[in-house]
Amino acid sequence: MYELKIDEKTCETCPTFDCLVRCQYIDIDKDTAKTEMKKMISGEDSFVLHDCVTCYACEEYCKRGNHPFYLITDLQEERGILPMPKPLKTQFVNISVPTRRDIIQFYGAEEPVISLCLFPQYTRLFSEEKLFEELSIIIGRYFFCHLMYLHSGNPSLIRERLPKIIDNIANHGFKEVIFFHDECYSTLTSYTTAYSIEVPFKPIHFNEYLYNKLKDQQTKIQPLNAKVAFQRNCSARLTPNVEDFVDDIFNLIGAERVERQYDRENALCCGGIIRGQQRYDLFVDVQTRNVDDMLNAGVEYCVFQCPACFDSLSEKVAEKGIKPIMMHDLCLLAIQGSDK
Amino acid sequence: MQSIYKSLTKIVDEEFVSNQKEELYIYSQDPGMMEPHEPDFVVMPKTTEEVQEIVKLANKEKIPIVPVGGSLSLSGLVIPHQGGIVVDLRRMDQVLEVNEESRYIVFEAGLTTGKLKAYLEKYHPLLRFSIPDAPPSATVVGNIVIHGQGRLTQQYGFNSDMVTGMEVVLPTGEVCKIGSGSVSPYWFSLAPLPDLAGLFLGWFGTTGIITKMGLKLYPKKKLRDIEVFAVEDPNLVPDVIQRVTHTEMSEDIFTGAQPYPPVFKDIIMIGILLTGDSKEELEFKRKMIWDALQCHIDSKEGGFMMMTPDVKQDLLEMPTSSTTRFADVKKGGGFEYCGPIIPVEKFPEAFTRLLEITKKYGITFGNAGRVIGRSHSMMFSFGYPFNRADPENIERTKNALHDTNVASLDIGGVPWKPEVPAQKMIMEKMDKSTLELMQRIKKVLDPNGIMNPGNWEVE
Repeated sequence: MYELKIDEKTCETCPTFDCLVRCQYIDIDKDTAKTEMKKMISGEDSFVLHDCVTCYACEEYCKRGNHPFYLITDLQEERGILPMPKPLKTQFVNISVPTRRDIIQFYGAEEPVISLCLFPQYTRLFSEEKLFEELSIIIGRYFFCHLMYLHSGNPSLIRERLPKIIDNIANHGFKEVIFFHDECYSTLTSYTTAYSIEVPFKPIHFNEYLYNKLKDQQTKIQPLNAKVAFQRNCSARLTPNVEDFVDDIFNLIGAERVERQYDRENALCCGGIIRGQQRYDLFVDVQTRNVDDMLNAGVEYCVFQCPACFDSLSEKVAEKGIKPIMMHDLCLLAIQGSDK
Repeated sequence: MQSIYKSLTKIVDEEFVSNQKEELYIYSQDPGMMEPHEPDFVVMPKTTEEVQEIVKLANKEKIPIVPVGGSLSLSGLVIPHQGGIVVDLRRMDQVLEVNEESRYIVFEAGLTTGKLKAYLEKYHPLLRFSIPDAPPSATVVGNIVIHGQGRLTQQYGFNSDMVTGMEVVLPTGEVCKIGSGSVSPYWFSLAPLPDLAGLFLGWFGTTGIITKMGLKLYPKKKLRDIEVFAVEDPNLVPDVIQRVTHTEMSEDIFTGAQPYPPVFKDIIMIGILLTGDSKEELEFKRKMIWDALQCHIDSKEGGFMMMTPDVKQDLLEMPTSSTTRFADVKKGGGFEYCGPIIPVEKFPEAFTRLLEITKKYGITFGNAGRVIGRSHSMMFSFGYPFNRADPENIERTKNALHDTNVASLDIGGVPWKPEVPAQKMIMEKMDKSTLELMQRIKKVLDPNGIMNPGNWEVE
């Protein structure tokens, strides 16, 4: 079975313990962080395992590449600690069970190919929209990355199923695959690296593809001249190296990503998973602080990368008069004009 | 028979009378499993007077007469088992009065739930009625006559508990008013008079034809939302219902479980609808309900589900169309269910029996339950989609339905809107004096036994 590559010495010699000290949901000082990390590396119980909201951020805060978040989730499973209630965990597991509709959804697909994960609502967009008309689509549970099990306390399911998913894609002979969902991209880059799972094709982040397409059509862009907030999603913490594409895209389309308290490494979770963990008060608090921060920054749009974040936060954002919009829709707005 | 046809054409225009095979076929069946049987005539009256004349004719000729609304009971309650005249009431679909101050409505018996919903939304947007989760072509009276339930049932009881008055054509042809409307121009209440409504509710048209009805309306809040609490252990469901109903914060509480699609497998969902006139009211109620279920959250045995907006929208829809989609999951257009009314604490036993029966017959299922009153009882449906083009599937489903009726009575429940065989099972188990009382009432009201024969009938 695939083992997590984690180096005890790297942690011991860490000057900051930022992984836990910077956590936005657990109040923890450096000494405590050191103690708790030591416990966890030794496989012992820690309050961190019980209080973690599974926001993924510690993975980004650790600049030494030692995967504290993957360690936490593995230990949660090992020790039977449930981050969310049993029926929701069951539902999470059931979500990835293929149905008749999932049977081979890539007949005829040719590169360039995009994986739409489990978001059939975007099939029409990618089939009909001129900006994306060159793309073939693969979609469904045979291509589902399974990374969501980091939230539900059963990450071994990822390792169990992911090789087969990778085979499903690789067997079709694709050399490169664009991943619409940031989570899929992060799985096939960060997670597979941490667990030494081979990926025989090149995963491309959707934003990289989007940026290049926009660049090609730069003359058609009508700058939006709008202030925007960007709602980072949890898996973006796993691949901060592609974060630059967000800024590059915004620059191209004339969107100003305004400075605000809860952006970039200090981003707050959309709240969806916190609610799923049944922490209602925290959920309300996190969403309220986040949206108030956007309001104070005077943004016109809240831009989402992840459809799940959109589902979780868009209503609250819209109630406050901020327009919730997916990244690709914002780009289309710039290409086609705001009347579209 | 030709003379009866001619007599009917003298009562209503000829275009509203038929003895044509293709039209009789339509009235010979419903979407459930009961054997079809054609009537001899179908007639569509427009007025109470026309209904009265039709009933008098049937009584004189001693031929069966079956009042029909949307024909959607699924249990063959308006299949004319002995032929005769089917009286389709759907031309009588007028709203006669809405009293906004006393919050009641008076309407004709053929008014559909869909039309009433649209009417209120357009003309009285601050008022609502208890919309059942039947297709919008179901008639309001038809739903009430079978003791249907709706979106306000958890707050105010069976939809039949909301009746304020009736106009009824008795089997011998007299027209009779029930409730305050019998002594006053206002149809506001059945009380304080002797409650004669019980002579017609739950009788499936065997004691008379309701031609008009008065019904309570309720305040319509500006906002609605839903939370769905999920558990795996059916033994927890009664406690969840107890705790939520104790808060008195919810509009409607339903349960749901089904093995397909896989995302619903192995979990039981308890839907909790919320309403409010402001965000603050809604959030207050939501918080009360979350707090009430904290013990199940702490034990990790239960939790509020994460829902995408489209799922939420589906669940908020009134009536919900997802039931209709599930009903065709096996394709072939067949759907049958037995929905006994049971004590809430019997949920786990009912659920266990449901799993046993579906396993025994190798069929799929959908469970949908609805809490009635503040946990005073609940409807628990054993729903079986089947393929009409597959005789073997039909046979298994029929057997499962039989076992389900047995199980419903075994656990202390009473099958709701039972088909004729289930009515017989109920009557076999019924207190003998009660049964005799029913027979005596029926004999007094319908001496010639013309009204919807076959139903509530002792052989």
